[in-house]
Amino acid sequence: MKLAGARILLECLKLEGVDTVFGYPGGTVINIYDELYSFPEIRHILPRHEQAGVHAADGYARASGKVGVAIATSGPGATNTVTGIATAYMDSIPLVVITGQVPTALIGNDAFQEVDIIGITRPCTKHNFLVKNVKELAEIVKKAFYIARTGRPGPVLIDLPKDVQVAITDFKYPDKIEMRSYKPTVEGHVKQIEKAAAMILAAKKPVLYVGGGVILGNAYDELRQLAETLHAPVTTTLMGLGSFPEDSPLSLGLLGMHGTYYANMAVTNCDLLVAVGARFDDRVTGKIPAFAPHAKIIHMDVDPTSIRKNVRVDLPIVGAVHGVLDKLLKILEEQRNEVESFRSAVQPWLDEINGWKAKHPLSYKESSEVIKPQSVIRKLRELCDPDAIIATDVGQHQMWTAQFFTFTKPRTLLTSGGLGTMGYGLPAAMGAQAAFTGRQVIAICGDGGFQMNLQELATLVQNKLPVKICIMNNNYLGMVRQWQELFFGKRYSQTVMDLPIDFVKLAEAFGATGFTVAKPEEVEETIRKGLATPGPVIMEFKIAREEQVLPMVPAGASLDEMVLAS
Amino acid sequence: MRHTITVLVENEFGVLSRVAGLFSGRGFNIDSLSVAPTNEESISRMTIVTRGDEQILEQITKHLNKLIDVIKVFDFTDGSIIEREIALIKVTAEDNDRAEVLRIVDIFRASVIDVTPKSYTIEVTGAPSKIDAILELLRPLGLKELVRTGPVAIVRGAKGWKG
Repeated sequence: MKLAGARILLECLKLEGVDTVFGYPGGTVINIYDELYSFPEIRHILPRHEQAGVHAADGYARASGKVGVAIATSGPGATNTVTGIATAYMDSIPLVVITGQVPTALIGNDAFQEVDIIGITRPCTKHNFLVKNVKELAEIVKKAFYIARTGRPGPVLIDLPKDVQVAITDFKYPDKIEMRSYKPTVEGHVKQIEKAAAMILAAKKPVLYVGGGVILGNAYDELRQLAETLHAPVTTTLMGLGSFPEDSPLSLGLLGMHGTYYANMAVTNCDLLVAVGARFDDRVTGKIPAFAPHAKIIHMDVDPTSIRKNVRVDLPIVGAVHGVLDKLLKILEEQRNEVESFRSAVQPWLDEINGWKAKHPLSYKESSEVIKPQSVIRKLRELCDPDAIIATDVGQHQMWTAQFFTFTKPRTLLTSGGLGTMGYGLPAAMGAQAAFTGRQVIAICGDGGFQMNLQELATLVQNKLPVKICIMNNNYLGMVRQWQELFFGKRYSQTVMDLPIDFVKLAEAFGATGFTVAKPEEVEETIRKGLATPGPVIMEFKIAREEQVLPMVPAGASLDEMVLAS
Repeated sequence: MRHTITVLVENEFGVLSRVAGLFSGRGFNIDSLSVAPTNEESISRMTIVTRGDEQILEQITKHLNKLIDVIKVFDFTDGSIIEREIALIKVTAEDNDRAEVLRIVDIFRASVIDVTPKSYTIEVTGAPSKIDAILELLRPLGLKELVRTGPVAIVRGAKGWKG
């Protein structure tokens, strides 16, 4: 069957099972958009900015586990995708981003809306392709999806020149792909897993340190089983939230810079740290020499470059965490008696941890004068659906959400962990809502981050995506302000956003609904009304302006040097 | 510590910049790099000389392996490899020095590939240490220009990697 490149691209997307695409038309993708009429099975959502389009594809991918797809035109369309791509890259989110490019004959000529997007995105994609010949197109699309979702997932960009979209060739989509240069290690080494079992059973003070890899690799059931089999406490990174139910007595919540007192104390005092799909980010470790100083470290990860990148590792296991944990559980099952005695040996450690929990639980001072953001998060958890999907922006509200929401299900928190991208929350929620039209999706934003992509209110209304948006408004860039307060003598250089925006009117201008609240006693009622109102809703909470995120490990300090109270 | 790394890559455009970008983006050093196609046309072979401690070298080889276009990475740290490098050296040679230059060329089994009344251009092949040695002797005579290819390397013994 002879087809044009633009048509081939869409046929490939269809065969990959793509049901939703976030894209923005332009001169070099106009052929793709024209062909779109023939593909009613592909829902196209038009964001108001390409960055938001990629964040939406990212939110779609995180919530659903599928590959997110975004389209942008050449030049500025392509450069606008970069923040979205880098965000996905840092958090290992599978995306295929398709950019238009000027005709091959013009590449390198500084043509209108030409940019070397392959060069620009090389360091922030897992891989990228410039399609020079329409004959390669189908195979490249196949490879792009394969690379994006296998191994350690990540974004892949396909740069598609306009003449290649027009050129005609025989279309055949390859059934499978075999690449001699790309064979990600999937199965963990059995001998290493056996050693891990022995190391675990020899430990007296174990901690499971769990990252986003457990969610990306769909290994949360195995993880939970492991923790419950061993009675081992579990702390998660920001990306790992939801991989283990935080209402379990074994949960220590978040660790690291804004982690709980007890998680950081447990890591500092443990004798065995089992890292599962986590990468020892600097926000987690604090000062490296003081990180888990008494512990042997087992590190399970699908990406060998994550191992021994930041910290020494006593036992590396390269492999997909799902299979590795499964194998580990099988080995432990054969050693029932040992596991039994391990559990009783671990009890004093759990008692010690419970002591820390009792001494310094996560806390804040309630107020009857002014709304405390932590109380909004707790109230929201109480009133929202149990399977609600939460997307956040970046900053104080993100940390309060991570600390106080109590995540119990995987893929219910969408947040930019690695890159820390302000403006991520609203479009990511939009993408998640497109993936799950029937589920409650809530974006929790600060007033700063919300303003970075607020244009997407239009997309929400136009596409009937009923995202509920909670704005924690302190008229500050709160996290930077907190650093300025603590480390720069309260010199709030350029972090004051002192314009009283009327968010209710703003919502109404886009055809959405807005609520605003400043009194603590009206918070519950506002959340109830907001969640019950059909369509997109803004709920603005005028919060205590100088509230801090605590505990806090100052940058470069060790995890047990926490600031606990202001 | 100095390491010689051999990288087999898909012979496609953009691969060199991916490898170079990996080094620059992560702050790894490249002392020298040479690239050419192998006997199998679709594969190119890079020889990279780099330096770093064990942990850095482990990261370098892992990251190289992670690049989608990289087929295989060999890190040669021991003495099991043969390294060869070519240098083209333009040296001032007048009066009495002319004979001295030729003596040095002779000792190092180098060859004179261009000659003028005031200069010799010399080609020398060998392990990088040999090139360093001849340069040390020629430098006092007046070195006008130097081009080094950076070493290429192959493993000793009967075993070979296809291509």
